[in-house]
Amino acid sequence: MKRLLLFIPLLVVVILGVVLFAGIGKDPTALESALIGKSVPEFSLPELQNPDRTLDPSVFRGKVSLLNVWGTWCPSCREEHDDLVWLAEDKGIRIVGLNYKDDRDLALQWLERLGDPYEVTIFDPEGSLGFDLGVYGAPETYVIDGQGTVRYRHVGVVNEKVWREHLEPVVQRYREGN
Amino acid sequence: MRPAALIMGFLLAFSAMAATPDIYNFDSRAEEIRFQNLTSELRCPKCQNQNIADSNAPISRDMREAVYRMMKGGADNEEIIGALESRFGEFIRYKPKVNERTIWLWATPAIVVLIGLLVVIGIVLRSRASAAGARPLSEDEQRRAEQILSARDNDA
Repeated sequence: MKRLLLFIPLLVVVILGVVLFAGIGKDPTALESALIGKSVPEFSLPELQNPDRTLDPSVFRGKVSLLNVWGTWCPSCREEHDDLVWLAEDKGIRIVGLNYKDDRDLALQWLERLGDPYEVTIFDPEGSLGFDLGVYGAPETYVIDGQGTVRYRHVGVVNEKVWREHLEPVVQRYREGN
Repeated sequence: MRPAALIMGFLLAFSAMAATPDIYNFDSRAEEIRFQNLTSELRCPKCQNQNIADSNAPISRDMREAVYRMMKGGADNEEIIGALESRFGEFIRYKPKVNERTIWLWATPAIVVLIGLLVVIGIVLRSRASAAGARPLSEDEQRRAEQILSARDNDA
């Protein structure tokens, strides 16, 4: 019995090791969205290209979409842009853009220059929809199902790896659900 | 003169780096204190080790503004925190609510104290048991012990 007690420190070290090891490589800045499983918040905002057209949550009806939050002031958005174009053109993914706290002219120039992967772009200069979505740093990319329910959020750059490992499985799952 | 100017320069540079406070108008001092308490209780989701009162991240400014607007609209503290929590998640609470996910966070300190208490009780009981189990001296031994002690007294 006494001898067994000698193993307690070893046990403690092993448990601590397992717990700490599980934390390695996790990104502490990536938070799960509070909106998972909830509908996209109500909004009524103009389209970027066409200020007279007002968009609301019905833009998400019918098909699984990615909602990509971006701005021309955001360097990481530039980094992921080519991959978004690739997703839209080669993979046929429907991407809705949310131009967040940005300038309309700069945003239009950006899309002109780099290509426009968005089926439709919501223009949100005050960041009101961004705030309701809980956006805390662009770029952020949400998976929204055909009923307009938020299913997943990715904070940070989208690239091929992120698509394959995180976004594609969610998109597939909700696409089959339809 | 020169070092003083240098120090002044540094001070100015750093004061410019601190979060620039936005101007909010309050009807009373109590309201202002309430605002300060609320914003220091909420955690910035972007700069994770700062509260939204200290942080100058754009999102913190938006959150401060939302807090101010809701206060003006007559919302109570729980409503304000709840509204922000429903957008940004439980993360923004420095004190998470007790639920099945956070129960270990709250229970671990109590459990550790309890284990410590059990160990102390165990040690005390054991030492008491060994003291009680000690055999008292026989009459012979008692006499010898007294002899030894008095001999030592005489020596002194």
